[in-house]
Amino acid sequence: MFGWCGKILKIDLSSKKYDILNPDINILKKYIGGKGLAGYYLKDHITLNWHDPDMPLIFFTGPLVNTISPTSGRMTIMSKSPLTGTIGDSSVGGSFGFSLKRAGFDGIIITGKSFDPCGIEINNKNITFTNASSLSDLTVNEINNLIKHKGSTAVAGPAAENGVLFSNIVIDNHYFAGRNGLGLLFSSKGLKYITVKGTGKTKTYDKESLKKARQDIFRLTFASPVLMGELGISNFGTAALYDLIDNRRMMPTDNFRKTHFNNACSMNAHTYKKKFNPKKQGCLGCHILCKYITEDGSSIPEFETMSHFSALINNNNISVVMEANKICNEMGMDTISAGATIACYIEILNKKLSGSDIISILKKIGYAKGIGNELSKGAFRFAESKGKSKAAITVKKLELPAYDPRGALGMALAYATSTRGGCHLRSYPISHEILRKPVSTDRFAFSGKARIIKIQEDLNAIIDSLTACKFIFFAATLEEFSKVYTSITGIETTAQDLLKIGERIYYNERIMNSLNGFTKKDDDLPSRFFKYPGTSGNNIDIPPINRAEFIKTLENYYKIRGLNINGIPTKEKSKELELEWKI
Amino acid sequence: MENLIQKYNDKLFKHGLTERDAPLIGTLDAEIIWNRTNKTTNILEKLFKTLNINSIIFSEPAEPYKTIIEYLTKTSSGIIYPEDCETRTFLHELPYTKNFDAQTITNILKERKSLIIPGHGIITFGTVSPEQAFVTFSSVCFAVYIKFFSDYLEHKKHKTITNEEEKIFNKVTLMINPYPEFSFSLMKGPFNKEQVYKAMDEAGKITVKSRLVDSYFGNISYLIDNIIHISQTGSSLDELDGYIDTCPIDNSSCAGITASSEFSAHKQIYLDINKTAILHGHPKFSVILSMDCNQRDMCKYKNQCHTKCPYKRFVNDIPIVPGEVGTGPYGLYKTIPSAIKGKRGVIVYGHGVFTACEKDFNEAFNNLLSIEKMCKQEYFKRVNI
Repeated sequence: MFGWCGKILKIDLSSKKYDILNPDINILKKYIGGKGLAGYYLKDHITLNWHDPDMPLIFFTGPLVNTISPTSGRMTIMSKSPLTGTIGDSSVGGSFGFSLKRAGFDGIIITGKSFDPCGIEINNKNITFTNASSLSDLTVNEINNLIKHKGSTAVAGPAAENGVLFSNIVIDNHYFAGRNGLGLLFSSKGLKYITVKGTGKTKTYDKESLKKARQDIFRLTFASPVLMGELGISNFGTAALYDLIDNRRMMPTDNFRKTHFNNACSMNAHTYKKKFNPKKQGCLGCHILCKYITEDGSSIPEFETMSHFSALINNNNISVVMEANKICNEMGMDTISAGATIACYIEILNKKLSGSDIISILKKIGYAKGIGNELSKGAFRFAESKGKSKAAITVKKLELPAYDPRGALGMALAYATSTRGGCHLRSYPISHEILRKPVSTDRFAFSGKARIIKIQEDLNAIIDSLTACKFIFFAATLEEFSKVYTSITGIETTAQDLLKIGERIYYNERIMNSLNGFTKKDDDLPSRFFKYPGTSGNNIDIPPINRAEFIKTLENYYKIRGLNINGIPTKEKSKELELEWKI
Repeated sequence: MENLIQKYNDKLFKHGLTERDAPLIGTLDAEIIWNRTNKTTNILEKLFKTLNINSIIFSEPAEPYKTIIEYLTKTSSGIIYPEDCETRTFLHELPYTKNFDAQTITNILKERKSLIIPGHGIITFGTVSPEQAFVTFSSVCFAVYIKFFSDYLEHKKHKTITNEEEKIFNKVTLMINPYPEFSFSLMKGPFNKEQVYKAMDEAGKITVKSRLVDSYFGNISYLIDNIIHISQTGSSLDELDGYIDTCPIDNSSCAGITASSEFSAHKQIYLDINKTAILHGHPKFSVILSMDCNQRDMCKYKNQCHTKCPYKRFVNDIPIVPGEVGTGPYGLYKTIPSAIKGKRGVIVYGHGVFTACEKDFNEAFNNLLSIEKMCKQEYFKRVNI
């Protein structure tokens, strides 16, 4: 078999036994890998409670992983989200996916529950279960230091042990499977860590053709200002977006009550680079390398983290941002949700917090102590418990990231339709509404956006299934990546064929959410965005979103996506996409 | 989307890519909208059903592209392979088919951004905007033009011209419009922060009007107080209002992350030599001549001319340099700055021309135009040998 290993490691933590699944090639062709294949194996269990021992926690690589395909070091972790109740998936980098393929597996499906905290160690074909009780209460960094010699690592930190609903699974100490609270699910199974090491190779069908396709992609990425330009993410990390988003008057500030942060120019990517002198790193198999690490091993915050721990909570101190980021990383908490939940708390408290207050609250969240225990359930649950639900800026209970939807109406729709809640990465319309790729679209118009969002959701679904990095698609397209896929697997395909598979994968997620009761009422934005304007200026007007236009565009989206008027998948469309319809 | 349909209908004509109102332009959101309908729209609507796209442009190209395309499709076998930078980077190859049916068209467009149907026209599409379809349409026209005249010169030198090729050459040569003569001056510099936008807009528009750049390519910049004002990536030089980024030369702000992909080349020119204005276009005969090399057959880098050309090459006094768009190992920022010093401009292999000057865009524009005129003259001198 080319591309895939053809083996899935199925582990039952209750019995500490494992088995090998050999998926049919037709399943692989139909769902590819990553989130596509993970969704296929999740679907039959999606109505279980997230902490049911039978709820699978799924890790999947794709056929491109462990080859010379650009940005092929990623994988997907998927289950049901403890935070949102939707499907919960996260594309994550590092070297875990590579190592898993080298060990001979396309993925891991974990069910059951260990009585004691345990670790799973994979070394090629050898699978070992360990007692990890001694690692309880240690930080992610401390655990990683103890186990990293065993291979690539996946770790749940103290936040997960303490029940934080937005806790992460941390890969190789610096890469975060975040946003859905999968760290909590990992921990609920009694898992503390997984290590994986392997020496195998992934077979490539046509190496010469792969080299040519790779070269075409490299040429495009080097021509991309956003990726490899002097001001791009290869030189500054995703923090490079900070100036631009503020300049475009769409930086969420003061818990989304403003869209411009006066101090932005002194807290930008350049300032971090100058102050902390970080070194460039990145996922295995990537030439963009957008991760920046300081000499003491701390990560420079990603754009969303920088923005939420400064503008969103009105913090003007760059050291507090660094410290907040470090705490989240060491506790294993999602920085977007943590920042947004604190912003919600500040709004309800109606009082500015000092830098030391912020740091203290973050630690309390990680350990679920005092007010931290209330905040550890996320902004939605906290605000609701205080009778102030409008202060929670969430979609499907997931806190919004650092793009104010009033500044990009495609983003507004994409937040609403995202199958994992308020997420920017499902469709990422910022690509065309702000970054001008593949071409620019009018960010203040809904016209045409319903279909664009649908197509981009399908695109990102296939990217997360191949698996590759979404960033590289600021430059390359499926035209080039279909050549990569064919070169690796030997399966003839086209860009549009892959996009169709992406459509199937995304529709499968809509089916799973519908099975858990999600409907049109959940595909909505907080009322704040329809009632109040953002912060106009710099010759840019940021009015409130026109609700009637938003609803009309959402309805158009349903029509284009093949959903009924209530946002529910239909039998006909399911059949067209060769999916089982069981709503 | 209706406004975009009208915009690109007008723009295709204005840029000399199609006859007036010849294009069929369709967009699809929840419903399909066409600028007009005829029997062809029935076939094209099937593409919307089978492809995940949101816009289509279909049109017979204007002359001389029409004649060139007819000839190239007759003499190629299924795919045309131009060697210019745009094709190499974005289009890869230009497929064509004689079968004007939805299934054949779908199968080809599933793989590539454009399709030529001899006797009918060019089909291109977009996934987020008809702008993509326009850019691709324009790039196809540019690519076939460069290929035809490059091939002719090559065949002439090798004495392999066919009667048909000669006939087509004579025909299309008569269709080439002369470059315009300008008696007026562009805005006089040096410019301050308020004036610079208008000056760049004016220079951009005249560059497009003079056909020294097609579609959404080319770029322009101006340096004031260590701030580079530069056109945004993918912006059109004749629509710069609101599409100019300001980038501190010390990279102290990333707000210009959307700046032109040639930002590094512009910046390096400003750092290395005392200039304040840079203009970059894709004038066709400069590009064609840049690819005419007598050493190629014997050169060990003969398939890597665009990156590794080892020779110091010139068209008269103008240097030709290799280099690729952006910041890669063969980035233009490495090859242009040293070559442009003391010269009227630089031609980049298979790509275009950069000019740099002081104070304002008069000299930069005049140099761009004069280099292209010189290359055109030189081209016809070479083919008449």
